[in-house]
Amino acid sequence: MRKTVCIGILLMAGAMGLAGQSSSRPVRKVHADTQVQGVPAMPRFRFENFTTANGLPDNHVFSVLVDGDRIWAGTENGLAVYENGTWKTYTTADGLAHRAVLSLALDKRTGDVWAGTMGGLSRVSGGRIDSYTQLNSGLSNDVVYGVSVEGENVWVATAAGACRLNTRTGQWSLYNERNTPMAEIWSYAVSAAPDKVYYAVWGSGLLEYNQKTGVWDKWDDPDGENEMVVLKDQGLIHEITTSVSYIDSVVWVATYFGDSHYDGRHWHNFLTKDSGLPSNFTNTVRGLDRNRAWFGTDRGLAYFDGTNWAVYRPALDTGKPEMTVRDGQGRVTEVPVETAPAHNYILGIDFQGRDLWVATAKGLSHGIYQP
Amino acid sequence: MRRRLTAIVVSAGALCLLGLWRPSLATVAAQPSAAPEERYASPLELLLSPDGVRLYVLCQGADEVRVLNAASGRVLRTIAVGHIPRGFSMSADGRRMFVANSWDDTVTVIDTNEGDTESGRVKATWAAGFEPSSVLEDRAGKLLYVADRIGNNIAVLNAATGEEKTTLAAGRGASYLAMSADGSRLYATHVYPNPSSRPEGNRTPPQSEITVIDPIHARVVDRMMAPDIAGMFHVAISRDGRLGVAAEVHPKNLVPLAHVEHGWAFADTLTVFGVEVGRTVEVPLDELDRYYAMPFGVAIAPDKSRIYVTHGGSDCVTVIDTKKLLAYIHGHPEPFAEDLSASGHYVVARVVVGRNPRGLVLSSDGARLYVANRLDDSISVISTRENRVTQTIQLAGPKAVSALRRGEQAFYTAKYAFQGQFGCVNCHIDSTFDGLRWDLEPDGFGKDIVDNRLIEDLVGTEPFKWNGGNPTLGMECGPRTEKYFYRSQSFDDRTLADLVLYIRSLPSRPNRFRAANGELTPAQERGRVLFNRVADKLGQPIPEANRCAYCHSGPKGTSQKSFDVGTGKAVDNSPLFDTPQLMSVALTAPYLHDGSARSLEEIWTVYNPHDRHGRTNDLTKDELNDLIEYLRTR
Repeated sequence: MRKTVCIGILLMAGAMGLAGQSSSRPVRKVHADTQVQGVPAMPRFRFENFTTANGLPDNHVFSVLVDGDRIWAGTENGLAVYENGTWKTYTTADGLAHRAVLSLALDKRTGDVWAGTMGGLSRVSGGRIDSYTQLNSGLSNDVVYGVSVEGENVWVATAAGACRLNTRTGQWSLYNERNTPMAEIWSYAVSAAPDKVYYAVWGSGLLEYNQKTGVWDKWDDPDGENEMVVLKDQGLIHEITTSVSYIDSVVWVATYFGDSHYDGRHWHNFLTKDSGLPSNFTNTVRGLDRNRAWFGTDRGLAYFDGTNWAVYRPALDTGKPEMTVRDGQGRVTEVPVETAPAHNYILGIDFQGRDLWVATAKGLSHGIYQP
Repeated sequence: MRRRLTAIVVSAGALCLLGLWRPSLATVAAQPSAAPEERYASPLELLLSPDGVRLYVLCQGADEVRVLNAASGRVLRTIAVGHIPRGFSMSADGRRMFVANSWDDTVTVIDTNEGDTESGRVKATWAAGFEPSSVLEDRAGKLLYVADRIGNNIAVLNAATGEEKTTLAAGRGASYLAMSADGSRLYATHVYPNPSSRPEGNRTPPQSEITVIDPIHARVVDRMMAPDIAGMFHVAISRDGRLGVAAEVHPKNLVPLAHVEHGWAFADTLTVFGVEVGRTVEVPLDELDRYYAMPFGVAIAPDKSRIYVTHGGSDCVTVIDTKKLLAYIHGHPEPFAEDLSASGHYVVARVVVGRNPRGLVLSSDGARLYVANRLDDSISVISTRENRVTQTIQLAGPKAVSALRRGEQAFYTAKYAFQGQFGCVNCHIDSTFDGLRWDLEPDGFGKDIVDNRLIEDLVGTEPFKWNGGNPTLGMECGPRTEKYFYRSQSFDDRTLADLVLYIRSLPSRPNRFRAANGELTPAQERGRVLFNRVADKLGQPIPEANRCAYCHSGPKGTSQKSFDVGTGKAVDNSPLFDTPQLMSVALTAPYLHDGSARSLEEIWTVYNPHDRHGRTNDLTKDELNDLIEYLRTR
């Protein structure tokens, strides 16, 4: 049943994405070195791409994490770390729970890296890997889609609900349909902060945990499971949430049917038809602050600065590097570029100063900021 | 449970009649009711003031730091600290001392600035994780590092306020710390082997690590692996930072212990590392026909010419010529650990000291070595030029050696074993356990593998051994140990009685997962209900013998009977196993008779497919977690 629904949704998302892309907006073209009057100045990058040809263990990169000068890449065939110009890969032989690494999080207090895999949760600490599975620990399920560290707690999003590991006491707390408003338990992503923890739950909207009160709350699409967007800014854009990013008391939420922004009072939603989002099918979102965020879709990487949008990708038709800018009035301008992310299917994003690191379905991309 | 304890022929009942059951004040005295008697000092660790004038003695048995005149041994001051202190250190400027109180979970901060009228006063007591065992401040005086044995981590505190900033994952049983002279690296060792990540981990060699920390940024930067090592104690770094040494034991637990005469029990070794070595190597301390059991303390001479190692089980200090050691390492092919002729290349002296020598400290010029003899309440002062004891400082305490004290001495010595290879303490580190599985029975390789267990609060948990074959500690520790394990002389009757007395006196450590008022958290309470349930979730009655609370009954969680719970293996002689008690069960992974379950969860997620080890397969994952939360309070 789930599979059928998934396929249906994917088809629908694809169709919607295509619809979004087939906009008949006029596209202006500007010279690469020219700042054209009226075209917003959006960040530009030179993308360097890593694949198996230059050391990555697999081209399917699900997640990326910046850890100072080190870059961690969660691939389908191991956890790779890039340091001093070379890649090192951790595998199940090193203790990794599973070779497919879906999510990554850094414990800033200790420097440990937590990796959510298709076979459990692993902690990489000083080169040692400790793995937690549904059999050897209190982890609710081995398929770990998301992980986030806040204080001494590791928050985990799994295929069977949410859970929390207290690293001091070793206690696991499980959250699911029995003790939260979670209608579905397929948790895709988590974003934890000292005041609140947010979960993106596939088919169950957005869950909020108040760290102070210990109370769960839920944010749903006011249109219910209707795929039509009847009430666009009345709440979450869709129940099928895929990613969440909580920063500066603002929640950015990605779904397969558009994206949302919630500041605690007001919702604002983004669709291809009325924003610069290249596709409503969004795999990941990373907020920079209250107003700015990056989106990883199936049709490229997008940046929103609060008013304007920029999209970075290999062109959908030619595959040539492409950057487009959409201003607040909806005018789209093509900015000539020589590089683009490795692929349009974006799965992960992290920041290294003003640089970007992007996990894609066909390689890892380093977006080097061009002043 | 498996009870590879040492032995006795006098029954527990007889000992009771003899009135020998007073709880220990000399060791881990946890019962305040036993307080009226004077306590043995049990000096464990030593420090010298920066000017070398004062000798600080950490007296574990008395819960004190005693300040002595280093030359005369005269007591200048006594400072009360927390319960069962296990480690202490001085701040870089010498103005503060920090004491890790292992059973209080605190660090005591003492003013040691002699020019200060407050000198000797306790300035603060800070919470510091679960079972703090040693403590060290960074060179800048900003961060305080505390090795937590039960927490298996290094707590990082604000050195000014005691506020915990973070905890760093260390080895299992994190216990000892050493800082490089330049303050750029902190090294941590641990006393229990790290858990195996492999499902067949109960038959893989143990592995330990030296955790390397950047103390400025509070980050683990490396883990130097120590394969085959299961108990690692003090670590020392040379002043120039180019040589590091850790004292350790190397158990040979994968082969039958029946072959003690072949040296198949333990090796006593050092892990040597640093630029001088170029890698991490293990070198033996034993000789062909004489073992030097339980290496514990280690110190490197200021000029790096000598390395000193205390042997808690052999009552001596080994003196190593560093130059010869390095020449041996660089001139011979590895591995060295199995070569009992190796130590002849670099050991230049064995200096006999008091009973159970533990911590040691060198004077700043390296001329004098002070050694804490824990079970003699004395300090040996060794002339490092002559390699002989030139002075013995006797600490104040009971004049008489009680039966309990004699029992403790018997527990910690290796003198009863063939060639002095090992003692009770080898497998029950600091009177606990060792985290290992052993092949004990003389029935061939790989048969009847048994997990070692904690030996606290044993009264009322009889019989002993996993097969329940030994009805009393006397039987367990007597014929079994002396004839089978030690392959040497028998304990005399009195020693055996003393030994059993000591073991029976060991109390349970505080449970860190249970609130002080005994109240359970909601998850623990839900787990308690599951533990005691008589019907499953389908409403079907659970047969009596299949209820948790039936076999694990009573205050200690054992019915003292044997059951077949479906966990027997083809290599076991019988599928019947004695019901293990549950006290401190959270600390004693792995589980089941052969240690095949790496965690409490695996007992039921992996090894209970047919509900024979309790009815559990009707439980959800949440409920299983609740059950485990409750078990952790036992």
